[in-house]
Amino acid sequence: MLLIPCPWCGPRAQSEFTYGGDATVVRPPADASEAAWVAFVYLRDNPAGPHDELWQHSAGCRRWFRVRRDTRTHTILANARPGAPLPGDEA
Amino acid sequence: MTQAFRLAAGGAIDRSHRLAFEFDGLRYEGCLGDTLASALLANGVHLVARSFKYHRPRGIFAAGSEEPNALVQLARGHRTEPNVPATMVELFDGLVAASQNRWPSLDVDVGALAGTLSRFLPAGFYYKTFMWPATAKAWLGYERFIRAAAGMGRAAIEPDPDRYEHQYAHCDVLIVGGGPAGLAAARAAASSGVRLIVCDEGPHFGGSLVGESASIDGVDASAWIDGTVAALAANPDVTLLPRTTAFGCYDGNMVGLLERATDHMSAPPAFAPRRRLWKIRARAIVLATGAHERAIAYANNDLPGTMLAGAARTYVRRYAVQPGTRAVVFTTNDSAYATALALQDAGVAVAGIVDARAEAEIAGSLPRRARAAGLPIDADSVVVGARGGKRVASVDVRSASRTRRLDCDLVCVSGGWSPVLNLFSQARGTLRYDEALAAFLPESSSSVLPAGAANGRFGLAAALSDGHSAGLRAATGGAASRLSAPQTEREASGAPRTLWSVTSKRGAKRFVDLQDDVTADDIALAAREGYTSVEHLKRYTTLGMGPDQGKTGNLIGLALLAEATGRTIPQVGTTTFRPPYTPVTMGAFPGQESGAHVEPTRYSAMHDWHVEHGAGFVNAGLWRRPHSYPRAGESPEDAANREAKNVRANVGVVDVSTLGKIELQGRDVAEFLNRIYANRWDTLAVGRCRYGLMLREDGIVLDDGTTSQLASTHYLMTTTTVNAVKVMQHLERALQLDWPELEVYVTSVTEQWAAAALSGPKARDVLQRLVDIDVSNAAFPFLAVGECRVRAPDGTIPARLLRMSYSGELAYEIHVPADAGRAMWEAVIAAGEPFGLMPYGTEAMTTLRIEKGHIVVGAEADGRTTADDLGLGNLVNAAKWCIGKPLLERPALKAADRWQLVGLTALDGAPMPRAAKIVVDPDRAAPNPMLGHVTSWCWSPNLDAWIALALLARGRERHGQVLWAVSPLADAKVRVKIGPACFIDPQGERLRV
Repeated sequence: MLLIPCPWCGPRAQSEFTYGGDATVVRPPADASEAAWVAFVYLRDNPAGPHDELWQHSAGCRRWFRVRRDTRTHTILANARPGAPLPGDEA
Repeated sequence: MTQAFRLAAGGAIDRSHRLAFEFDGLRYEGCLGDTLASALLANGVHLVARSFKYHRPRGIFAAGSEEPNALVQLARGHRTEPNVPATMVELFDGLVAASQNRWPSLDVDVGALAGTLSRFLPAGFYYKTFMWPATAKAWLGYERFIRAAAGMGRAAIEPDPDRYEHQYAHCDVLIVGGGPAGLAAARAAASSGVRLIVCDEGPHFGGSLVGESASIDGVDASAWIDGTVAALAANPDVTLLPRTTAFGCYDGNMVGLLERATDHMSAPPAFAPRRRLWKIRARAIVLATGAHERAIAYANNDLPGTMLAGAARTYVRRYAVQPGTRAVVFTTNDSAYATALALQDAGVAVAGIVDARAEAEIAGSLPRRARAAGLPIDADSVVVGARGGKRVASVDVRSASRTRRLDCDLVCVSGGWSPVLNLFSQARGTLRYDEALAAFLPESSSSVLPAGAANGRFGLAAALSDGHSAGLRAATGGAASRLSAPQTEREASGAPRTLWSVTSKRGAKRFVDLQDDVTADDIALAAREGYTSVEHLKRYTTLGMGPDQGKTGNLIGLALLAEATGRTIPQVGTTTFRPPYTPVTMGAFPGQESGAHVEPTRYSAMHDWHVEHGAGFVNAGLWRRPHSYPRAGESPEDAANREAKNVRANVGVVDVSTLGKIELQGRDVAEFLNRIYANRWDTLAVGRCRYGLMLREDGIVLDDGTTSQLASTHYLMTTTTVNAVKVMQHLERALQLDWPELEVYVTSVTEQWAAAALSGPKARDVLQRLVDIDVSNAAFPFLAVGECRVRAPDGTIPARLLRMSYSGELAYEIHVPADAGRAMWEAVIAAGEPFGLMPYGTEAMTTLRIEKGHIVVGAEADGRTTADDLGLGNLVNAAKWCIGKPLLERPALKAADRWQLVGLTALDGAPMPRAAKIVVDPDRAAPNPMLGHVTSWCWSPNLDAWIALALLARGRERHGQVLWAVSPLADAKVRVKIGPACFIDPQGERLRV
């Protein structure tokens, strides 16, 4: 079971969290092309390695945040509150 | 005479505490501290099992959880547990055990014929033979007989009567294994003040050291163990877990452990859990799990009386038992010499030590002592085969010059030692093969630190010093410590020799995996037939697939495969180690979360009233909701029909507390609702509510409900009962991640409010007697929302009143604080009495909503339907954006042949079949093209007809058509007339009066 670092509550067991999917996709503007919307809803990378994803501390503070997890080893490399950068993000 | 083979002195057993037990119907006696295996040996019982496939006689082979042969069936009252290694069963007074896989008895077993015919039962025999005729049915026929002949114990068929618990724990260091390395690690780690948990699968700590005569730090072994364990037990930061096996290592240093809490007691205390599943999260893990000794594949190496050399020593030293009267020791390394010396001490004649190494290689301190003690050593020799019936009687020993026969009733084998690295490997540690030790050793570091024999450091002195340093590294990262490692005399040990098997005459069985009856010839056959990958070999021969997971035999199989295919052992590799290390009782995984406790159960504030008034209940998500309130002599269906009819004729009340209720507050709620809901919200006014539809990002319907504006910045949203959690999460995600600039606060208040829906033409009459505000149509019109007080016998109750309707009748929802739910409900019942009010349940509610064509998320909105499919396309506001709107523009979601919501009325008086599909011709052979399917159906007491809602291709164009609803499963069909999805009051006049 993963040990997930909640930016507010600290490291907690995975069973307290809900997975929210790929954190790198961003909702396009309302007038974006259909292709952009399809990409937003359906297209996901499946990287072997670091992957930025969303988690909600649903059985805790109920906050959503980002986690960078290595999909090969399940090592959690970093976390960030909404709006805060993960290491290497463009400022 | 009992315990004829018990030594007069020594061992860690209590001779004054005798225990009676039963094996295969015969009564025996053992001592406190015995296992079932040691007690059987003390009584001279060596034949304890029949093998899995060939039904060959088998004895006790090991002394721990690696035991492949001596699996027994335990019985306790009407309870039974199969496949338990006798070596892991602590003896208690009154224990009852039986052998397995034999008929009619262990001594005379008909199935042993399989052994005689074994020439015809090679690896893959069943796959090859029973494939004709090549149909699944034929195989199922054969399978019954094959399963009856093969196999192990019998599973219990009654529900498990025992209790199991879960326990979570955290620590800085978890030490797995309480032998010399584990205790040295624990002692070192504890000295640095960290929080520590030490587990051992045995009842006592000390491991292989128990009963041994070594001296550590100037005291004898048992005093050192007692002193170390006492110091740990007295330390408040240390938890000791005996009888606890760490069976799996998972992500984030989480270890699963199984504690056998009461198995060893003759009369477990009432309510004590039988077993406890621990989930321990450790910062660092020390793996002091020791090593398993390996067998050697020579002919008939499975006869009772054949035992691993280390196990024989354990029986002598720890249990004070003579495992035989005349022994031959067959070894490739020095460790078995300690066994030979122990046997000699215990009065067992040692007929010979057969060492595969050359004379010059046998130079360690233990062989020197054996020589000095006069034990005969045959260097450069091997045991070619054993002879005997139900117990070994002699072995043939081949030396360079000659072959001779040695009479014996005990063969102690040591083919070397394999470190126990299951947990290390599960934690992604990699292994490397060490040619000199002929063993896989830990290579890469992982979060798990192997120590002692598990780390390839054999011998007591090495175990103590390696354990000590691992304990310090785990606790402090290796900071200097004033504590020094425990000291003992270091044995000078000679190098081992690698020997996997000994060739012999054709036909004799040389077992590699005793538990699965896999022989050296099976491995060779598999290699010849092309099963050269280790994973294929495993599946083809079943090597290592028994409950013991091949602890004593796997490596031999890999080595023989390497030999047969001209590869090295590293090239062949190992199969993957997976949890559990030893079998885990299924009951331990759910623990107390079984039966009614699988999930929490939610009850509304009015639940007790429903129970007292005869309601039957139905599950809605986690909630229990009243299905209907049958009167004396009434069926639930009749009750629901009466209730549904009464709502349209008079008035009814239904408990709607289970609806999800979310309060939204803040400056930007209207804007937020505009983005979340398909329809428009900035036009809502204080004191009004509105039906809303939420879409998923892909445009499909997510949920529906109502939202009321209570004040300028205060709103109340209701969701469907089952989707309440999902919708809350959806709102939080949008607010926290997408639009943090919106000032909106969301709070779930489902638990805080109880609610009742009052509906029927007389609802206003009831309400007027109940509340303190004017509820006339002019003062409180359809979709009005307001606050009021409900008159109840113990004072008035503050309430929110919402005029909305699910039944299609004049209706109101009354929301009160949950504590006052029952008082409000009883007040409604009392006020309604003169008007014929009846409570109604979910069944009548469903009938009423089907009659009105109101959708249910999960039935009509099934994860594929759009708002337009449901006839709610006008709710998707054209003037604004909302979640899901852009993708609604996709052609497929606007296609003309989409399945659309329609109403069906059954013709010819026939009932609507359950789960029906809609077709043109009901008698056409399968596959019968499907035009749609029924989503909800009921008998409508108000229409006197079977009606249904359905999703039907081009449904809105088909009004007036007659089609068939068929259910091939129920073998039922009915003609149905297609029409609009609303059967009653299509203009909605009743709810606006």
